[in-house]
Amino acid sequence: MVYNPFKEASSDKTLSAPPSATDYLKDTVFRSFAYFCALSIVLLVAYIVFELGSQALPAIKTHGLGFITGTTWDTNEGVFGVLPEIWGTLYSSFLALLLGGFLGVAIAIFLTQGFVHAKFEMIFRTVIELLAAIPSVVYGLWGIYVLIPLIRPGAQWLHDTLGWFPLFGTDLSGPGLAPAALVLAIMILPTVAAISADAFRRIPYKVKEAAYGMGATKWEVILKVMLPTASSGILAGLVLGFGRALGETMALAMLIGNVNNISVSLFAPANTLASLLASTFPEAGQIEIQALMYAALVLLLITFIVNVAGLAVQQYTMRKFEGKK
Amino acid sequence: MSQLQMEEPVLPPRIELPALEKNLLEVRALKNYFLTSMVWVLAVLASIPLFSVIYMLIVQGGARLDVEAITALPPAGFEMGGGFGNAIVGTLTMVGIASAISIPIGIMAALHLSILNPSSKIATVSRFLAKVLTGFPSILAGVFVYAVIVITTGTYSAWAGGVALAVLMLPTVTLAAEEAMKQVPQKMKDAAFGMGCTRTQVILKVVLPTALPGILTGVILAVAGAAGESAPLLFTALFSNYYMGELAEPTASLSILIYNFSGMPFENQLELAWAASLVLVLLVLFFNILARVVGRSKFKE
Repeated sequence: MVYNPFKEASSDKTLSAPPSATDYLKDTVFRSFAYFCALSIVLLVAYIVFELGSQALPAIKTHGLGFITGTTWDTNEGVFGVLPEIWGTLYSSFLALLLGGFLGVAIAIFLTQGFVHAKFEMIFRTVIELLAAIPSVVYGLWGIYVLIPLIRPGAQWLHDTLGWFPLFGTDLSGPGLAPAALVLAIMILPTVAAISADAFRRIPYKVKEAAYGMGATKWEVILKVMLPTASSGILAGLVLGFGRALGETMALAMLIGNVNNISVSLFAPANTLASLLASTFPEAGQIEIQALMYAALVLLLITFIVNVAGLAVQQYTMRKFEGKK
Repeated sequence: MSQLQMEEPVLPPRIELPALEKNLLEVRALKNYFLTSMVWVLAVLASIPLFSVIYMLIVQGGARLDVEAITALPPAGFEMGGGFGNAIVGTLTMVGIASAISIPIGIMAALHLSILNPSSKIATVSRFLAKVLTGFPSILAGVFVYAVIVITTGTYSAWAGGVALAVLMLPTVTLAAEEAMKQVPQKMKDAAFGMGCTRTQVILKVVLPTALPGILTGVILAVAGAAGESAPLLFTALFSNYYMGELAEPTASLSILIYNFSGMPFENQLELAWAASLVLVLLVLFFNILARVVGRSKFKE
């Protein structure tokens, strides 16, 4: 039988009709549901801030701003201060940013500036993306049993020969800042690379062509034309990568040593806000939990500021390029 | 004619042209070669950790991965043997709970952000906050859920763990789904409207099916991320040495098992930590590859 569309055209099922009252009702219900879901994100953030704030309120009242400048964390005495943790958080993230940021930008250049065949480029991009997919706790395990034994002889040598230099002032006895920062660098590398590569891809091809036309070498084009043009996008990647590093928890809790200590030495154990929470929270009593909530609030504030800054730079970059096109 | 022959041909003045081929002795060219080899070295250097991690997982974890490891219960202290069957079940359950909460809400929110009212104040604010939330330290989700659920119900539970993971998945799902829905051509939507569809019908019958591969990619990547998370589970689901009986009790997960066992001085536990890492990474990689396959089918059509 050959299907005959005209045969059915007269049945009332195929006649077009305006939406019925039920259709309108469904529409209204569906759209208000979507509205509330969008609203739920806003409410969630507000609730998180409110809940952490109210849980931390007793601690804020007792310790005040001294909490941020205090250097002891003593449960028995009830004295809590997170300056070493704030220092450790910022210092380890900064070290990670130096290394991970440099590598990340180099990889963004490698991937976008035609160094490799397109097929290999795809494989390599997958490798970098998988680097981001490996769970933090697995990096922690790897750090303890592969990375620390690997860098210990080097650290020992640096300490023995250049021990007068503050960066190498202590011995690496196991966990410490250096392995933590190295793993952190690996973890933020994909973020920096992805956002920077995106910034490079946004540059119109003409810009590059013009530079080549004037006789510039490949690297003169990259360093003097592409990098400055992509700089705000790269900055956004660096800031967002820094934000990632600040909040990273498990690998650091396993590698940094969890010692309340302020030291510039790369090999000294230290602590971060996130790993303080991870290592102390499960066994904490009532009073200590309030103090930990305060610490969580401090961490929230720091990451919030850094992330908003990063997003603002990213937004600015996008507008800049879309405006010029 | 003869006059022309008499004239001297006018030649352009001779100019010394620089050599057009690359000269290795020139500083610019040298610098170029040096930097190119540098960037190759850096690229190789950056991929070493991945291969080192995978190598260790296969060698250390593969040696211990057998049926007992993925079905038995975690061993205590000096006990030999054992496995992490309960942790696999726990991880899958909590990721399931998190998906059930965050995927519907995320997709509906994305609909509002991308189609229903993209430029409204609420859309702008929640898009921005979703982006901020993606950089939100995962441990804070744990602290938040501890305060909201664990303190209220008085017990660590799979529910609490699932909700904590949902908080982390929600912004990822929302942003990915929004991006996918934005790609649906305006013409298709206009055509559907022109045929008298309500907005709901346009969304359900045109926008969602068209954007499906993109949405799925985002969702699967969010699931992969949640499966590997451990910080938010530390004090929401805690850990348990037994198979899960109900959702309202402390629950084991692969990542917390790895964290707990990694610090133990026993060889047996350490081997299990590596084997559990291998299972966890395989799980995460499976989702990642699935996301790539699903995402690629979009471009073939």
